[in-house]
Amino acid sequence: MDLGLSEEQEMLKKSARDFLQKECPKRLVRQLDESDEGYSSDLWRKMAELGWLGLVFPEEYGGSGRDFLDLAILLEEMGYNIVPGPFFSTVVLGGLAMLAAGSEEQKKQFLPKIASGEMILSLALTEPAASYDAASVKTKAKARNGEYVIKGTKLFVLNANVADYILCVARTRKTKNPEDGITLFLVDAESPGLECTLLKTLARDKQCEVVFDNVTVSERSVVGKRDEGWPVVKDILQKAAVAKCAEMVGGAQAALDMAVNYAKERVQFGRPIGSFQAIQHYCANMAMDVSGSRFVTYRAAWKVSEGLPAALDAAIAKTWVGEAYGRVALSAHQIFGAIGFTMDHDIHLYYRQAKAAEIIFGGADFHRAIVAQELGL
Amino acid sequence: MVFAFSEREEAFRKEVEDFVDKELPPDWVEKNIYWPAGYGTLAQFEEPSPQVEQFTRRLAEKGWLTVSWPKEYGGAGLSYVEQAIFHERMSYYRAPAGEIATRIGGPTIMLFGSEEMKKEWLPRIARGEVRFWLAYSEPNAGSDLSSIQTRAIEDGDDLIINGQKIWGTAAHVSHYAWMIVRTDPTAAPHKGISLVIVDNAAPGVTIRPMKNICGFYSFNEVFFDNVRIPKRNVVGEMNKGWYYLMVALDFERLAVPIGGFRRTFEEIVQYARETRHNGEALSQQPLVRNRLANMAIQIEIAYLLFWQTAWMLDRSLVPNIEASLLKLFTTELSQKLANTGMQVMGHYGQLEGDSKWSSLYGRVCLGCLDCISALVGAGTSEIQRNIIAMRGLGLPPK
Repeated sequence: MDLGLSEEQEMLKKSARDFLQKECPKRLVRQLDESDEGYSSDLWRKMAELGWLGLVFPEEYGGSGRDFLDLAILLEEMGYNIVPGPFFSTVVLGGLAMLAAGSEEQKKQFLPKIASGEMILSLALTEPAASYDAASVKTKAKARNGEYVIKGTKLFVLNANVADYILCVARTRKTKNPEDGITLFLVDAESPGLECTLLKTLARDKQCEVVFDNVTVSERSVVGKRDEGWPVVKDILQKAAVAKCAEMVGGAQAALDMAVNYAKERVQFGRPIGSFQAIQHYCANMAMDVSGSRFVTYRAAWKVSEGLPAALDAAIAKTWVGEAYGRVALSAHQIFGAIGFTMDHDIHLYYRQAKAAEIIFGGADFHRAIVAQELGL
Repeated sequence: MVFAFSEREEAFRKEVEDFVDKELPPDWVEKNIYWPAGYGTLAQFEEPSPQVEQFTRRLAEKGWLTVSWPKEYGGAGLSYVEQAIFHERMSYYRAPAGEIATRIGGPTIMLFGSEEMKKEWLPRIARGEVRFWLAYSEPNAGSDLSSIQTRAIEDGDDLIINGQKIWGTAAHVSHYAWMIVRTDPTAAPHKGISLVIVDNAAPGVTIRPMKNICGFYSFNEVFFDNVRIPKRNVVGEMNKGWYYLMVALDFERLAVPIGGFRRTFEEIVQYARETRHNGEALSQQPLVRNRLANMAIQIEIAYLLFWQTAWMLDRSLVPNIEASLLKLFTTELSQKLANTGMQVMGHYGQLEGDSKWSSLYGRVCLGCLDCISALVGAGTSEIQRNIIAMRGLGLPPK
């Protein structure tokens, strides 16, 4: 057993930390949060140049051929700094789905473009039911003269507002088992009948309502096998949950670091507040939450990397880390007191991230149910 | 023991209900996005609207801004329990019902102010004509409040004030600072502080609103540069301000928007009843039921703590530890309620109020942010625990 990072991974971690500190200061984070686009094309280009956008794609598709654990390490640093933008939706949700299920032709056409930063992807999965089970996919795609016509409303779709293509999960056949009859389509975001509306959210991430009003796509836009798309979605959801955990671990670490530094400097009653037991206990609890979260996330990421069954590990991680990040961010807020309640302070940026991350790809209740199921209950 | 209201109390409650029904603007529910115990989203932070002004005037006419005050000072001359009934109903409807001047400043003046001060201030407060803000904290004096440095120096019949206050909630829409200043720098920290009233319009006062994480301008930085006030604005005796302040803080901690918890909870329950997922109402899901039951239990406990403090005041008992317990319990409940709302609503909980997809006017989204302030204002949870541990349980301070 070896629980340490390899030299290559350490380098990736350090270079990511340094790069983001310089290129993605909180001033930019706020500016992007408040903008409608939510990303900086300049930063996006630089991330492409560093090879981040193609990190996990094989070299033949313009990537660097690294594994999922490496991606998790990068995401942890992105969470530590907070990097607004469509990285998660393009690389984790769209990119990994294309890699797993796309045809050779599709992979050759799209992956190099993702890696080079020329293409932004978005995954349109959730609908007004706001759930991650197959039964909630109601959007229909009807076959007609060698084409498909998609009709339905997708909701809480990340970064669809800036996406070039939207990977849409739609129902192509009505079946008894809701997991059958689902197909993935790669839809040009400019298609007639497709309308995207930005939602204003707590985390100021760019979630959208995407309405497909009889959007016509060709047969070539089907990703994977017709009617057999759900296993692909399930696989992506599992990876997304683990990837989100990695991002959360970084965020929780940042909140802890900020709070501890402040507790050492802030003087009340003639001594640093960090010398008070109440604050010390908060910090201890936070540190415990962060390390627990990191370990459980790495284990799940390693299993995904190795291609081992990871359903239970992913569910445990998402349950635990989702709640832990929330606790850490709230405790940090409590340590900062009133100054943390100002818009000018940075800690609320992390708290907002924590709340959004807790919900996306299934909240704690959703994953606890999976844990129970995986335990054979 | 009787846990039910008396006939008189029941009749008063009905009268308050009828009043709200008739007088509260019909669109108030959607307009007021206040989260119980938060400091960040009170409707009063905006320039007071004509509707709010009129509602406040109507309350004042009935003496209800100051239910338990004697009639000679403009009150309704009713009991503390009746006052609690009034505030329970008002907070349930998230109605504006007086704040700092009527609930903190006035009651403190009543206890410690000179006869002259009572005559000058109490009737005006009861009529809703003056709004106070709390000028306590300074950049380096938060929880450690007795280390304040804002100085007031005697000059004939006046005091001259220099210094800076921070976190003055609603200072920018108020008339007077209810303020602690250092008047004797040679005495021990607690013994050189006086409580004074300062006109916002006095030359040398600069108010700078600050934006909170909910996006509201709720609190302020306020600078005092050679601000001159008459000595008659000193509450009680010079250098005894710390003692008065402790009582004023208890009044503040008792001013819990208890009805707001019930109302918000009912709205979340209603959401769970009406929202169906795969053909089943959310309220049928065991996990959701469990969470909601958990909240219901804690809201009941909060109510009992609330009624207890009013009952004590009617018997001339001083709710000091009880005020801290009530404050601690309800503010932490505020956070749990926001969390429960978010868990029940899932993705929809994070939506702001202006989307066609949002529910409960985006209250839960803002509430998740606003509830953070509840555990900080009026003495942090840590300070409340210290009070309970040291004053209540007699634990040693060092």
